[in-house]
Amino acid sequence: MSVSTETVTAPAVRTAGLNRWDSPWLNTKFLVGLSMLLAVVLIGVVGPFFWDTTLARVASSPLNLPPAWVETDLPGIGKPTWEHPLGTESNGRDMLAVLIVGTPRSLRVGLIAAGVGMLVGVILGFSAGFMGGWVDNVIRTLSDSVITIPSLAVLIVISAYVRTVSVENMALLLAIFAWPGPTRLLRSQVLSMRERGYVQMARLSGASTFAIMFKEILPNLLPYLASSFTGNVSAAILAATGLEALGLGPTRIPTLGMTIFYALRAAAILRGMWWWWGFPIAALIIIFTSLFLITIGLDEIANPRLRGVKA
Amino acid sequence: MAGLTPQYVLRRLGMFLLTIWLGATIIFIIPRLAPGDPVAAMVSRLTAQAGYIENSAEIIAAWRERFGLDGPLWVQYLAYMRNMLTLDMGYSLSSFPSRVDEMIFSALPWTVGLLSVSTILSFLAGNAIGALMGWPRVPRWIRALLPTSLTFTSIPFFMLGILLVYLFAYELRWLPPTGAYGRGLTPGWNWPFIKSVIEHGILPVLSIVVTSMGFWALGMRGMIITNQGEDYMILAEAKGLRPSRIFLRYGVRNSILPQVTALALSLGGIAGGSTLVEYIFAYPGMGYLLYQGIVNTDYTLIQGIVFMLILGTATAVLILDLLLPVLDPRISYER
Repeated sequence: MSVSTETVTAPAVRTAGLNRWDSPWLNTKFLVGLSMLLAVVLIGVVGPFFWDTTLARVASSPLNLPPAWVETDLPGIGKPTWEHPLGTESNGRDMLAVLIVGTPRSLRVGLIAAGVGMLVGVILGFSAGFMGGWVDNVIRTLSDSVITIPSLAVLIVISAYVRTVSVENMALLLAIFAWPGPTRLLRSQVLSMRERGYVQMARLSGASTFAIMFKEILPNLLPYLASSFTGNVSAAILAATGLEALGLGPTRIPTLGMTIFYALRAAAILRGMWWWWGFPIAALIIIFTSLFLITIGLDEIANPRLRGVKA
Repeated sequence: MAGLTPQYVLRRLGMFLLTIWLGATIIFIIPRLAPGDPVAAMVSRLTAQAGYIENSAEIIAAWRERFGLDGPLWVQYLAYMRNMLTLDMGYSLSSFPSRVDEMIFSALPWTVGLLSVSTILSFLAGNAIGALMGWPRVPRWIRALLPTSLTFTSIPFFMLGILLVYLFAYELRWLPPTGAYGRGLTPGWNWPFIKSVIEHGILPVLSIVVTSMGFWALGMRGMIITNQGEDYMILAEAKGLRPSRIFLRYGVRNSILPQVTALALSLGGIAGGSTLVEYIFAYPGMGYLLYQGIVNTDYTLIQGIVFMLILGTATAVLILDLLLPVLDPRISYER
């Protein structure tokens, strides 16, 4: 990584947050975020071997049980049991099974949407930055306009007409609004990079535009791309959860957002059934926090000046 | 008004129109590109709910005519665009005699109030926090205090909203869980009503402010730190200016402008996120109306509200964009 070589020494900046010994990739926020994310992924991968995921189906368990360690005298709530450690909700789903099934789905929606958005963004951003002229004008104007459209509202209209049936459809829908961010970022970075010495050198030595883009410029943009990607994954999961919480997601498969929807619809908040909405929200908060830490960690990796001051 | 060249104004106006056109076109085209007929799908859903509906073929035909779905696509498109631009959104499907625009305009003040109060509060608080975080001469204890305010940054508005309702409305019973004012109060400039509006507004505003100010703080901190290496900062110090002056006039002033641009870009996201907050709190603004539209499969209502949201954010962005060169003469050169 050539980023590590261009450490800028800004005056008046304390060096307390700097990892002195090794590469900038040993960034605390980045690593903490990454391990949180891996833990969540692990639950989805390993969970099905330890817990019966068919319990996530409707009416597979007794109704309205609290988590196993909670004694409660709320009306209509059963006795806690270790057979359902996180409790059950009013449709007879086991909360632990719902988490094991739902969490990877949420992550997958985010990954697909952000991946498609990133791909489009890389292509458009590079074209805009490199070709300039009217191509640049069109792409810049388009991405600037799309970015200000309230995407969630538009997605609500679309999914109200076209009820999404699968997680993949949902992800593609979300990708419509996932490309302008990376496009803008790449365009500005390419613009600043293409006048740098090593790019000029490559051009003088007769490298093709394609080779310059992918061999010279792209590797230097990796931290930027990665941070934009994780930011986008987070935004896509947020939008997906929002749609699901409004009851507009895939209806047959339990997802975290849909669980929140059912909880809200059954007034779980005012019935005191905090485990019904609390566990999915906790899972989502862990996902969002880990992605957030990874994003700012990657920002610090990409922009050495940000490392100076401890946050 | 130095930076406000005609070229800049024209370009921004063009962007404004383009944004509205794009948004309106997306919500028109995509449902029609999708396989299946929205009207038939709607009727079959109703059939599934009611068991059996007589004359469903006739209902489909009638609705198709009502939506203008019987002509060729471009005729439908032109009619739709004309209706949207003249704000003629037709009648609500679910509560028939009322017109969509009437319903929207009675909900509009709540949304505008909620959004402007919470956006301004979070922008001010976030930027103040971020500026202090990035400034090296700030006392250590402030610096240690500040990151705690960022804890909630990664949580979506509405999830914090759920937690707040549970905590303050269900467990502690300090504040009302839903609505915008107490039952039996007459809206107007009387103290009980205003007090009730404020009480009902605290939780929704809080759930937006607390979750979004960290975004501003982070951006501001980055800008302040980046600015510190600049020559004019060193010159300001060399001239022996007071630190508070350097901080406010050199550090903050130069850093706040990109933040205003960022505000313009994120308004769409804030508007979208607040729809969910209104839904959680049953706050009688456009977001809650939208939810009711979804529940009642009221397509004209949904389409009208979303068009208004697009129009509203585009207008706010246009105003910010036109204010920006007045604040910062450099902008117009950037083109």
